[in-house]
Amino acid sequence: MQVDSVMQQAADLRAGACSSVELTQSYLARIRQLDGTLNSLITVTEDIALAQAQAADARLAAGSAGPLTGIPIVHKDVFCTRGVRTSCGSRMLDNFIAPYDATVVSRLQAAGCVMLGKANMDEFAMGSSNETSFYGPVHNPWSVDAAPGGSSGGSAVAVAARLCAAATGSDTGGSVRQPAALTGITGLKPTYGRCSRWGMVAFASSLDQAGILAHSAQDVAALLQVIAGFDAQDSTCAEQPVPDYAAGLAGDLRGLRIGLPQEFFTDGLDAAVAAVVQQAAQVYESLGATLVEVSLPTSQASIPAYYVIALAEAASNLSRYDGVRFGHRSAQADDLAALYAHSRAEGFGTEVKRRIMLGTYVLSEGYYDAYYVQAQKVRQLIANDFQRVLQEVDLLLGPVTPFASCALGAWQQDPVQMYLGDVYTVPVSLAGLPALSHPAGCAQHGMPVGVQLIGNYWAEPRLLQAAHQYQGVTDWHQQAPDLSWIG
Amino acid sequence: MPWETVIGLEIHTQLATCSKIFSGSAIMFGAEPNTQAALVDLGMPGVLPVLNQAAVQMAVRFGYAIGAEIASHSVFARKHYFYPDLPKGYQISQYELPIVGRGVVSLVSEDGATKSVGVTRAHLEEDAGKSLHDVFGGMSGIDLNRAGTPLLEIVSEPDMRSAAEAVAYARKIHRIVTCIGICDGNLQEGSFRCDANVSVRPLGQEQLGTRTELKNLNSFRFLHKAIQFEVVRQINILEEGGRIVQETRLYDAERDETRSMRSKEEANDYRYFPDPDLLPLVIDADFIATATTNMPELPDARVARFQQVFGLSAYVADCLTSRRALADFFESVVAFCGDATLVANWVLGEFSATLNKADLALAEAPVSAADLAGLLRRIQDQTISGKIAKQVFAAMWQGEGTADAVIAARGLKQVTDTGALAAWVDEVIAASSVQVANYQAAAAEKRPKMIGFFVGQVMKKSRGKANPQQVNQLLQSRLG
Repeated sequence: MQVDSVMQQAADLRAGACSSVELTQSYLARIRQLDGTLNSLITVTEDIALAQAQAADARLAAGSAGPLTGIPIVHKDVFCTRGVRTSCGSRMLDNFIAPYDATVVSRLQAAGCVMLGKANMDEFAMGSSNETSFYGPVHNPWSVDAAPGGSSGGSAVAVAARLCAAATGSDTGGSVRQPAALTGITGLKPTYGRCSRWGMVAFASSLDQAGILAHSAQDVAALLQVIAGFDAQDSTCAEQPVPDYAAGLAGDLRGLRIGLPQEFFTDGLDAAVAAVVQQAAQVYESLGATLVEVSLPTSQASIPAYYVIALAEAASNLSRYDGVRFGHRSAQADDLAALYAHSRAEGFGTEVKRRIMLGTYVLSEGYYDAYYVQAQKVRQLIANDFQRVLQEVDLLLGPVTPFASCALGAWQQDPVQMYLGDVYTVPVSLAGLPALSHPAGCAQHGMPVGVQLIGNYWAEPRLLQAAHQYQGVTDWHQQAPDLSWIG
Repeated sequence: MPWETVIGLEIHTQLATCSKIFSGSAIMFGAEPNTQAALVDLGMPGVLPVLNQAAVQMAVRFGYAIGAEIASHSVFARKHYFYPDLPKGYQISQYELPIVGRGVVSLVSEDGATKSVGVTRAHLEEDAGKSLHDVFGGMSGIDLNRAGTPLLEIVSEPDMRSAAEAVAYARKIHRIVTCIGICDGNLQEGSFRCDANVSVRPLGQEQLGTRTELKNLNSFRFLHKAIQFEVVRQINILEEGGRIVQETRLYDAERDETRSMRSKEEANDYRYFPDPDLLPLVIDADFIATATTNMPELPDARVARFQQVFGLSAYVADCLTSRRALADFFESVVAFCGDATLVANWVLGEFSATLNKADLALAEAPVSAADLAGLLRRIQDQTISGKIAKQVFAAMWQGEGTADAVIAARGLKQVTDTGALAAWVDEVIAASSVQVANYQAAAAEKRPKMIGFFVGQVMKKSRGKANPQQVNQLLQSRLG
């Protein structure tokens, strides 16, 4: 029987109960068996994984291993990995072999983690269902018809289907929290500036943040410990000390004040999700926390503000994909303008093109003040709102998504419905706050439902501690999908 | 109708940092293509800019030098356009909040008149790479060595009224940025590039005419000629009832004309917005204090000091301070031999002319400040005349030794021995009976002019070595 938890695997490796090569091979076998259907990985790096596992076993034998040495993980394909295709889920980068490692990747590698592969994702992290990927949709292991969420859908599914111990992701407006919720695992989006963005292909620079997807808060804490911290190569990465996240997990929650933002429980919220959040709130109360109703009135303006800012930055960030130096170059072009037009038309998918068009529009002369400047003001108001509320309470608790699950294909014709699904995650992103999503129940048909905990800046220890304590008295995070439907 | 020309300049100065503005790549001129382009310079997916503090310090030094406001809070913005030598599809520049605000520089013309030209702003930005269109048959090459090189773009007010003023302003900025050590000032290598915004309007009209922007002005001479051409072109169009199209025009030095490059209608919408990869640039008093320590004496201050301490005219002081090295050289020579006026004449005259003819940098001159002072001392103590001194100087330049060595070797010591001088004077008078008669018949006020002939004859006989003052006195007493 495969052990799921990073912490237990690490203990087994140390005790010699198994080797990293054995662990890696068992995951690779599972990937071969299941991922043809799930499609959670774009690239499987079997040779690299086995070489890294051997090196990890040598370190374990020599007694020079760290806490994560030998643990098999996958990286979202948004992270540059030296010598390995880094596609970002796009035809544009289908031929792109990254010449360097992202800081998140190099830190996890230095810690001894084994890279099994690169996870599928919405193209350039733009999407909430993992259906915009050039490499096809990812399937939710909990149901043949369900999308896994996105954009870190491949990472979430790889963890949920036990194809790896943990995964990296990136979260711009909910891209770690939402797929974690829809696949029944734990996902953390750290404070903006907590982790380096160096080598993480940019979607919206002022919002993008690397995150971790794993089975438990404890596992998330172990990986966050490695990737958090200052990096001189990212000017927006904070010179903020990194606390001992594992040490912060202990201790009960007596005295913890948890706010429930009333705006998060309005008509648009699915009843099953609302019930799960209420149940989770009661568990937290039973653990000693005090529940307080709070209000975040400006959060309702977050969707338009988020999409103006994120798409403006995205249109700018994606300007570099021009077919000149790397990536897809059209064979149709006979002059410079055609080279740009055809390379970009062929290289980008529909959703990415839509967002580039919108982002270009909001920055255009004559529209900049009405859209971008206004959105930045709204962003500031939202951040102020959170600061006011987080003076009264320690954490906020709410839903991750307004719906309990998302059927594959549901948003193909209606992207606005997809955008509106980010209503509970984007206010947090605009404010730059850390938030964690953990499984807390299930809806009809047994689909997992997550809840979101939001903390103040640098309050990752508090988020992880609360979720860890919750997971100490519940077993939602230990539920595994029945994969017998996969032939 | 009389027309008035209005000119504003945008000057791109390449900052003399060791590395690029947002990456650690070197910025040596002339390196093999694409050998100085790292991940950041190539605009690879996932890379991020990190600001080079040396470039910020240099911008602050410039702002300080022209008495401009230095913004405590400035912002880098992205300027978008597609071009193959612009790797990210945008240039990181500064737009709404530049690092250097309003300042002023003053210009001195030959007649001593001064004029102030406003500097609107100066902002930091990265340079683009280079497209090479004529190296590979049928293809364009891209060299990204220059991409990310730090530039300080200095934007003037439309305060200049002639090509000559525009050149004087450009030279003044050149003098400042080289003096404070933020730019090597090399126009040929593109370290100092001027774009000129030129318009004309009927004299007396307040509203500005439609302007054109002139590019490819890689020398002060071309700047002058391009503006002159453009002013005539615009006036001709207007006088024929036409209108000026707002556009960018390239100067073609071979044909001495400007040609349309792109019009406003084709212009990009640059979609400026604050670069989210870079934090706002915050500059406090400590940073300014650190950046401006070791500031050299600025050109204006030096001009004022040269006037006060050495009694030089504004124009001469301005010429001497046109380059920091030249002014330093002048001061060294004065320190050795005093007499600033004599030194100024020599440094700006014979010395500079010889240097230019030899196409040498001042540091390469074969005659040092001490050597030149040694020569000038021999003029001061009347060992040689000024005329002989030029011969001696030429010999020194050729490596024949110090002034004293050349004078001794060539026997050029001035003759002051009265007996020898009297003999030459007598010979000349004896051989010039007609001129003597004319002289003696002339009115007193005409005589000083006429005596020049006799002095010249004596100097010729002495092969330049006779002391001209003594010869003059002797002639006057002999001719009565």
